[in-house]
Amino acid sequence: MGLAIDVKKRVNGFCLDVEWEIGNEFAVLFGCSGAGKSLTLRMLAGLMQPDSGSIRMNGRPLFDSSSGANLTPQERSFGYVFQDLALFPHMRVRENILYGAHGVPADEREQRADDMIERFRLSGLERKFPSELSGGQKQRVALARALIRKPAALLLDEPFSALDHPLRVELQQFLKEVLREFPIPVVFVTHDVLEAYAMADKIIVYAGGRIAQAGTPLQVFTNPADKEVELLVGSRERILHAAQMLPCPVGGSPRSSFF
Amino acid sequence: MSMMDSSLWFSLRLSAQVASVATVFVALIGMIIAYVLARMNFKGKEALDMICTLPLVLPPTVIGYYLIVLFGRNGFIGKLLYDWTGWSIMFTWYAAVLASFVVALPLMIKTSRAAMESVDENLIRASYTLGHSKLWTAFKIVLPLAKKGLIAGTILSFARAMGEFGATLMVAGNIPGRTDTMPLAIYSAAAGGDRSQATVMVVLFTLVSGSFLYLANKLSRRVL
Repeated sequence: MGLAIDVKKRVNGFCLDVEWEIGNEFAVLFGCSGAGKSLTLRMLAGLMQPDSGSIRMNGRPLFDSSSGANLTPQERSFGYVFQDLALFPHMRVRENILYGAHGVPADEREQRADDMIERFRLSGLERKFPSELSGGQKQRVALARALIRKPAALLLDEPFSALDHPLRVELQQFLKEVLREFPIPVVFVTHDVLEAYAMADKIIVYAGGRIAQAGTPLQVFTNPADKEVELLVGSRERILHAAQMLPCPVGGSPRSSFF
Repeated sequence: MSMMDSSLWFSLRLSAQVASVATVFVALIGMIIAYVLARMNFKGKEALDMICTLPLVLPPTVIGYYLIVLFGRNGFIGKLLYDWTGWSIMFTWYAAVLASFVVALPLMIKTSRAAMESVDENLIRASYTLGHSKLWTAFKIVLPLAKKGLIAGTILSFARAMGEFGATLMVAGNIPGRTDTMPLAIYSAAAGGDRSQATVMVVLFTLVSGSFLYLANKLSRRVL
C-alpha cells in the first residue's frame, strides 16, 4: 500500500533509474541538484512520461509501460507544490485556494475554503493578490490550494528553498503539523541536509540518477551505505552537532523522533 | 454640400460597420488559432502558421485575387454558394468584411500567440495537477493572463480592418452608396480631383481612427 515507483527515464544524456516505495509517511528525496529528484516528482504527477516501468498508488497503476496505462495529471489527483509555487497572479488568495477545490461538492466548497484559510493562518488575507503576500504567506497559500481537495498524495519540489533560515524552520514545523491531519504519502524534494533530517520519516538519497540509500534519517546519517552518501550527508559529528542546534526533530511524530 | 455630407457619413458608417463585424470574427477565430499554435503540437503546425501569416506579407491585390478565385461566382466556394442560394458575396459589404477579416487575422494571431506563449508553463501545469481540464485551464488561466496581448491584437486588427483598401476594392468593388468604405471613397475623391471632399474625409478618418486608438489604449491600461 502507498506510493510505489519503479521507472527508467533518459533525458538529454542523463539517465534516471529508480525504485522505491513509501506508505502514508513523509518521504524526503535528498541529493544534489541534477540527481533526478525533481524529474521523479514530475513523473509521479504525470507531467512527464517515464520511458519504462510503473507507478502505483495503493496498488492501482497510474503508469505502466507493460500495459500502456498512463493517467493524466488530472486523473492522478496528487497535490503538487512547485518550487516557484505557481500561484495564479490574477486570482486573490481565496480564489487561488478555491481553484484547487476541483471535485469538491458545490455546497462544501466555501466551507472547506474557510476551513483551509483558518488552518493555514491566512485569515485577513483572503482578498489579497499573490504579489501582495510575503514569502511565508505565499507558501501557505500554495499548500492550502494543493490540499483543499484532500489529494491522494502530496508532492513538494523544494518549496522552501527561497526562504531564509528562521522562516524556513517555522514553515517546516508548520507543514509537519498540518500534515498530521492528512494521512497520505508525502514526497518532499530537497538538497538541504538539515531540512532532510528535520522533516523525514524516510530519506531516499539520490545520486546521479539512482538511489544510493533509503531508510530512516537515523540509519542514513549514522550508517551511510557508501562514501558517496557519507559525502552527501556530511560527517556524523557535523550532523549530530547540527541536530542539537535544532529545537527538536520537527513535528516530533513517533516515527521520526529518535532522541 | 448636403450630398457630400450624406455620402461622407455613409462611408464612415460603412467603414466602422465593416471593421466592427470583421473584428468580432478576427478576435474569436484569431484567439482559437493562436491558442492552437501556442499550446499544441501537431503535424502541419508550421504550415498552418505560414498560411495564417501570409496575408501580412502579400500585396492586398494578391489577397483580393485569391478571394475572387475562392468566393467569386465561379470560384470554388462561391459557385457552391451561388448554386445553392442564388446569392453571391461579391460586390456586397459582406465581401468588404471578408477582405478585412483576411488581412487583419494575422495581426490578431501573431499578437495573441506571443501573449499566450509567455504565460508561465508552471501555472498551466499547476492547473492540470489541481484536476482542471485543458479547456478550463485555457479559459481560467491562459486567456486571462494573456489579456493584454489579446486586447492589443484586437485594437490592431480593428485599425487594420478600418484601413483596408486593396483587397476590398477587388472583391467588394467601389459602388457609391453600397460598398464605398472610407478608404475607397477617399480614393475616388482624390482620383476625381475633388480635393476639398478628399481633405475633409482624410481629416475625419484620421480623427476617428486616432481617437479610437486613444480610447482603446486608455481602456486597456485601466483593465490591466
